[in-house]
Amino acid sequence: MPTFVYMTRCDGCGECVDICPSDIMHIDKTLRRAYNIEPSMCWECYSCVKACPHQAIDVRGYADFAPLGHSVRVIRDEEKGTIAWRIKFRNGKKDMELLAPITTKPWGSATPDLAKVPAPSKEMRDSQLLFNEPKYIRMDDGGLHTLKSNGLEIKEGVQY
Amino acid sequence: MSYSTIIEDNIDILVVGAGLGGTGAAFEARYWGQDKKIVVAEKANIMRSGAVAQGLYAINCYMGTRFGENNPEDHVRYARIDLMGMVREDLLFDMARHVDSAVHNFEEWGLPIMRDEKKGSFLREGRWQIMIHGESYKPIVAEAAKKSADKVFNRICVTHLLMDESKENRVAGAVGFNVRTGNYHVFKSKTVICGAGGASNIFKPRSVGEGAGRVWYAPWSSGSAYGLMIEAGAKMTQMENRIVLARFKDGYGPVGAYFLHLKTYTQNGYGEEYESKWFPALQQMVGSEYLDPEVSHRTHRPIPTCLRNHAIINEVNAGRGPIHMVTMEAFQDPHLEEIGWHNFLGMTVGQAVLWAATDVDPKYENPELTTSEPYVMGSHATGCGAWCSGPEDISPKEYFWGYNRMTTIEGLFGAGDAVGGTPHAFSSGSFTEGRLAAKAACKYIDDGKAQGIRVSDEQINRRKEQIFKPLETYRVYSNEVVAGSVNPNFINPRQGLDRLQKMMDEYCGGFGVNYMTNDKLLNIGLKKMAILGEDLEKVAASDIHELLRAWELKHRFLTSESVFQHTLFRKETRWPGYYYRGDVMKLDDKNWHVLTVSRRDPKTGEYTMEKAPLYHLVGEVEDKALAEMKAKGHH
Repeated sequence: MPTFVYMTRCDGCGECVDICPSDIMHIDKTLRRAYNIEPSMCWECYSCVKACPHQAIDVRGYADFAPLGHSVRVIRDEEKGTIAWRIKFRNGKKDMELLAPITTKPWGSATPDLAKVPAPSKEMRDSQLLFNEPKYIRMDDGGLHTLKSNGLEIKEGVQY
Repeated sequence: MSYSTIIEDNIDILVVGAGLGGTGAAFEARYWGQDKKIVVAEKANIMRSGAVAQGLYAINCYMGTRFGENNPEDHVRYARIDLMGMVREDLLFDMARHVDSAVHNFEEWGLPIMRDEKKGSFLREGRWQIMIHGESYKPIVAEAAKKSADKVFNRICVTHLLMDESKENRVAGAVGFNVRTGNYHVFKSKTVICGAGGASNIFKPRSVGEGAGRVWYAPWSSGSAYGLMIEAGAKMTQMENRIVLARFKDGYGPVGAYFLHLKTYTQNGYGEEYESKWFPALQQMVGSEYLDPEVSHRTHRPIPTCLRNHAIINEVNAGRGPIHMVTMEAFQDPHLEEIGWHNFLGMTVGQAVLWAATDVDPKYENPELTTSEPYVMGSHATGCGAWCSGPEDISPKEYFWGYNRMTTIEGLFGAGDAVGGTPHAFSSGSFTEGRLAAKAACKYIDDGKAQGIRVSDEQINRRKEQIFKPLETYRVYSNEVVAGSVNPNFINPRQGLDRLQKMMDEYCGGFGVNYMTNDKLLNIGLKKMAILGEDLEKVAASDIHELLRAWELKHRFLTSESVFQHTLFRKETRWPGYYYRGDVMKLDDKNWHVLTVSRRDPKTGEYTMEKAPLYHLVGEVEDKALAEMKAKGHH
């Protein structure tokens, strides 16, 4: 559903411009605020809505099939590691709040730096294994599956 | 031209497109190439780019060997039957044997994966799917890729691959432009891993006007994986195998969790079961090897997705639509109701918006389903993409030329949508393919295969002129008319896209013709495509944003042309429900139990088509129920 920007809330910071995967949030040169320049290329992915520090961006369902008068709002909080949604129906009969975790670790803390881990051995390079394998395949000492280990052959033609 | 040229030189591994495939490649490359220069060029912002930008509520490819759930070959058998036999089983087995290690890494990085409290294993949605709180799936994975890469160039639209001038058919990097500054970027690299996306928006979408962005696959998936590789002369496979999705109407919200976890089911507009009555005639078309409802009922073997689509399409055409998803039973359970909504919010927010706008409460009303326009891609339930080498310990000789996931262009590797014949990889499998490609690319360099690469200034300048030509066309001709978008000298990218979509729909089997085409229509379509190709030389861009759309359109065009060629080549109806060849309405294993492989000559634009042999993994059938039925004469 295409996004739009509230005039009084936007300060033109450009966070939405920076994040939009479709390159459709741009800054209006005269008003110095963001707006959606190409609603027909908007996937309603909410990346800009989540990134806006002022909750200035909202979504109004596509005019060709969504009636007016609904609302789906969101606040994403990396520090708390949560995302909070509120869905309001057009007829006012349903008003839901939903909360979900977005991460189990302090943001950005748990990804490894592979430049600093011990370099792979020649034996490892010549094998079919990837980083952290075979350990991470089964979280035990088992090896990688091969055709031989699994009793398989690969044969040409119709085989059913 | 006022835009400056920025050259990034001495790159070892250039990752083009940082979705799940590209991030996997950038991440893993650092381990095998700790001293190598790894650079990422991404069209948007790596933190929210690719098909997973919005998030996911499930990881659809996880074996669970750790919990004794499945073996890699089980997944190969599943993907094989779902795609009516047409898969690369070496690549699939290879992906499946590694995919769990990717998922276990994701969990360690902070991705919340739901647990089955009783079993202690990951919470299963279906046999292959595990449920996650994946709103931040992409940013979490992107953090890992960023840490591995020397540089990440965001907002670079890569338009072409650079080719080596000292050795034919060897890659030498890529070029493109910055969609914000307009600067021309040249990446000189020993290897390129293409992680760019499949194609939405090449067939006319059901939505019109403002809603045209409400496509199933992301609107920014512009077929660049194929556009880049086809233009460079890489061989492609299975490009006819477009996918049509049965999804919630208009919003295209996912149905997987609804079917598998919430146990909802479908019925026709009159509340009747409709599927089984279409199966006898369908069995005549495809053969009992591919459709045996009794086997599918009693064993793990699924009914292929395309065949279920076929039943929906026919039931609607028979006048008993719409098809409904029966949610009213499951949604009485408040826990399941919440999961149903979370499922949308985690990956297709627009469906929640649509139900809020139309007051559809699935607790009290069964929502409508529809079949989508077709999509061309290689990571969901279809396998379009480049013809790639497999791993040396699995692949037969026709599938192996030295380096895992290397295309037929030396030094050019693929991951995700870019690799052909590997459906059902999804997010985790695409990431895994990126990892495999990265290891192989490092080996390719270490083996000395990338020595002596030469790129002339002539090539660099020629590409620059070509890239910015749409701006020049606009500058020269726009003032010839008073105002407006109608000009006798050029078309703009939107006009070109509309023309492409209409042509694909009408001649190549879009929803508007009930997915039907034939040799006559395809040949007419190809003639019209050639003329569109000429007109695309005159596409005009009024600013850099439109220049981005112009190049996306050119990639979509090259993808579409390939789809036409492949669809014409395969003289059978292999996937009823995805598309029909009206002139050959039966599946034909005698002549077409093969993979289709194409190459477009970069110099002449001419296509050559060939059949490649199809290999299957053969071994003991672990599914006991299936083994019993096979012993009784079922396939």
